Amino acid sequence: MKILVCISQVPDTTTKIAFTDNDTRFNEDKVQYIVNPYDEWYALVRALELKETLGGNVTIITAGNASVEAIIRKALAIGADDAVRIDMDAADAWSVAKSIADYAADKGFDLILAGKETIDYNGSEVPGMIAALLNQPYIALGSKLDVNGNTVSVEVEVDGEVEIISTALPCVVSAAKGMAEQRIPNMRGIMAARTKAITVVSSAEQALVKVHKFSLPKPKSEVKLIDADQMDTLVQLLHTEAKVI
Amino acid sequence: MSVIIFAETAKGSIKKASLEAISYGAQIAAQLQTTATAVVGGAISTEEAARAGEYGVSKVLLATNLPGHFDPMLVEQLVLKAVDASSAKIVVFSHDYAGRSVAPRIAARLKAGLVSGAVALPDTSAGFVVRKNVFSGKALAEYQINTEVKVITLLPNSVPAQKNGAAAAVESFDAALAGVQSSLKIEKKVREHKGGVLLTEAELVVSAGRGMKDPSNWNIIEELADTMGAATACSRPVSDIGWRPHHEHVGQTGIAIRPNLYIAVGISGAIQHLAGVNGSKVIVVINKDPEAPFFKAADYGVVGDAMEVVPRLTEAFRKFKAANS
Repeated sequence: MKILVCISQVPDTTTKIAFTDNDTRFNEDKVQYIVNPYDEWYALVRALELKETLGGNVTIITAGNASVEAIIRKALAIGADDAVRIDMDAADAWSVAKSIADYAADKGFDLILAGKETIDYNGSEVPGMIAALLNQPYIALGSKLDVNGNTVSVEVEVDGEVEIISTALPCVVSAAKGMAEQRIPNMRGIMAARTKAITVVSSAEQALVKVHKFSLPKPKSEVKLIDADQMDTLVQLLHTEAKVI
Repeated sequence: MSVIIFAETAKGSIKKASLEAISYGAQIAAQLQTTATAVVGGAISTEEAARAGEYGVSKVLLATNLPGHFDPMLVEQLVLKAVDASSAKIVVFSHDYAGRSVAPRIAARLKAGLVSGAVALPDTSAGFVVRKNVFSGKALAEYQINTEVKVITLLPNSVPAQKNGAAAAVESFDAALAGVQSSLKIEKKVREHKGGVLLTEAELVVSAGRGMKDPSNWNIIEELADTMGAATACSRPVSDIGWRPHHEHVGQTGIAIRPNLYIAVGISGAIQHLAGVNGSKVIVVINKDPEAPFFKAADYGVVGDAMEVVPRLTEAFRKFKAANS
């Protein structure tokens, strides 16, 4: 089974978010980058589990300049076989999705996996776009995924209910919590990752949307502390001051 | 130039998140002096479908040949046909499961710029600029959409639905999907929703974490939630150790919610948890540790033992309800 896992580089969850160039660019100064958790913990690990039971190959793909190779090595250390870097400015979902779809079009991947969204731009866009561009089915927000012969079946939480959606391979699935458990790379994996192949391909695809200004939310005002035996007061404040009940 | 909004139904009515999308799309249409049309899929009566007009659309296309459940592959075809039939330039979805499944496909098919999770009406004074949350709610970004056709998904509970119209004209819309077979088989539901309030749509949420000490103590959380008419949620550690089901986990790697009121009991407020709840309008934190980081993100705080504070709060809500009903 040939699986392609789309991964994205994102700032570590604890990063203090700041902007430069008159609030038009994310300030990368001192930022620690990680593999987007949905891509790594759920999509990549599930792909590796499928390979372990069914055999095959797991390729990871990401878009960006040479600086993203650190997170590529991390994903290879966890167990992916090889990697593709699309050398481009990952400026929007369309340009990335189109470039990945163009690359994947003639490679015969049985399954394309990605996290349900990235924790930086929170789009949920790339995997659905790839599926449409490749004319393949797309199942979003899968919390469990199994492959049986030529059929993939995916559990999806929809409005508090669980649906089991199945379709024929090849297809694209986005991964949510539950699909797999995080794996920590061991020393052998880290050593092996050093010599695994990273193919670099180019793309001239242009973005369709562009951020023209960032801003930070208004800071919260100081917390109002209520005495533990004054719960009537709290309820009154929620009613008259906060107006939420 | 017109605007198309996709609306989903549940139990014979248009879903709340879809009503917000309808109102949002209608307001964009008014801003651009054009018309808005809602495409309604699912089992719903003509009268119920016409109610989309109350939220500002002049026309409803009622799909007559869709299966009872949501099928993203068929909805994609349906919306593409509707866009084509009305030469729509703006397509709006809610940023829910349906929108996340279909909007990227529509955007790719039409090579249209997509902004997902919008939190405000677009600024059309110079170009077309849509604001959304980025960095899991830690910042906002204004996106310029540079294509003629634009696709937007609206973050639920961020732009309230406005009721300002009358019933709309309903046209039945046979999108001629007869020849289209969905490649998806939606087999069965293994866990039916057990009543109560749906977490993703809830306006009031009571959430609890490790500070509850034991899963058997959750009865006081459920009692508070029942009294308030709130949904229940939890932090990651308690879902990981199996005290609560995974679908209740809110936070960075669980689900993100933005209720009007979020009451957090015995949750310290790690940055990963805040990422899932920082869109809440008002946050109340109950924790016995006055140094818990969550207090910094809270509007109201109570320092005290959950086992004592929560039942008192439940009682206070009961009194409030009795006095205000």
